[in-house]
Amino acid sequence: MIFGRSERGKPPVEPVTLKILVAGGFGVGKTTLVGAVSEIKPLRTEEVLTEAGRPIDDTSGVEGKHTTTVAMDFGRITLREDLVLYLFGTPGQDRFWFLWDELATGSLGAVVLADTRRLEDCFAAVDYFERRSIPFVVGVNCFEGAARYPADDVRQALDLDPGVPVVLCDARDRETVKEVLIRVVQHAMAHAADRRQAVTT
Amino acid sequence: MSGDGQGKRHWFDDEAGPVVRPYAMTRGRTTSPAQHRLDLIAVVVTEPHAYDPEADQTLSPEHVDIVGLCRDAPQSVAELAAELDLPIGVVRVLIGDLVDEEMVHVTRPVPPAELPDESILRDVINGLRAL
Repeated sequence: MIFGRSERGKPPVEPVTLKILVAGGFGVGKTTLVGAVSEIKPLRTEEVLTEAGRPIDDTSGVEGKHTTTVAMDFGRITLREDLVLYLFGTPGQDRFWFLWDELATGSLGAVVLADTRRLEDCFAAVDYFERRSIPFVVGVNCFEGAARYPADDVRQALDLDPGVPVVLCDARDRETVKEVLIRVVQHAMAHAADRRQAVTT
Repeated sequence: MSGDGQGKRHWFDDEAGPVVRPYAMTRGRTTSPAQHRLDLIAVVVTEPHAYDPEADQTLSPEHVDIVGLCRDAPQSVAELAAELDLPIGVVRVLIGDLVDEEMVHVTRPVPPAELPDESILRDVINGLRAL
């Protein structure tokens, strides 16, 4: 190692980093959602669905899907030079649940992406965040060709607490995805305010 | 596995990833003594004096890559893993080595169970709107 050379310009900015999780069932559009707003390509290990994975990787209802996200999606949104938001797509299959705790620790909040054709697929995610009181928003991904349901029907079907926002979105559409993320942050703020109040009263 | 030549090529599918190689880079270590469980969004910053890591013979090419990547722009642990195409666990060990060597330091993200300032959250909302 060589020491002593004069420094090169000003030291780099050390950004504040935050993360939001994107959860939901297999094939619901998590990868698409992360890709719609992120400035780097998601860290994807998208694998072609193999014969071996077929009994495990249930594609019933979404036969158009031939790949699955094995590790996790990962996207970076640079809000300012010193403020960076990361999105982590949680693995969609149950056999990767062990990764969730690590992802959830220190997260600002979460998006649970739901497909009304297979609403039961996101029960596990809803349950996970409720139990850890991690603020989350349910994003209903409006697939083409799938029947639309009012947000209240989805809320009822998922038995959500009244405070949990339900937002209709299109995971491919940057504007609606931005709106979902904004709702997560707003909800996290409200959640934090509630908790503070609960402590002081 | 490949020793018997019987050609059971699908014994491990692609999802299993390379079976041996990644942790060979860490000489088999899966944790590092200095490692304080680096968060995925903890930011790695190259120390100003660490501008010539290649001169250090104890460092692997991957160590050198990390020092180089984090010099221009500090990067999160997750970004480094993505960039170097290495498992998170391997990257954590390598960063731990570099912290020991005082080539880099790691900034903590906001501690879990503690939200950042409301003003930061407002900045996040405004930043998202402006995207």
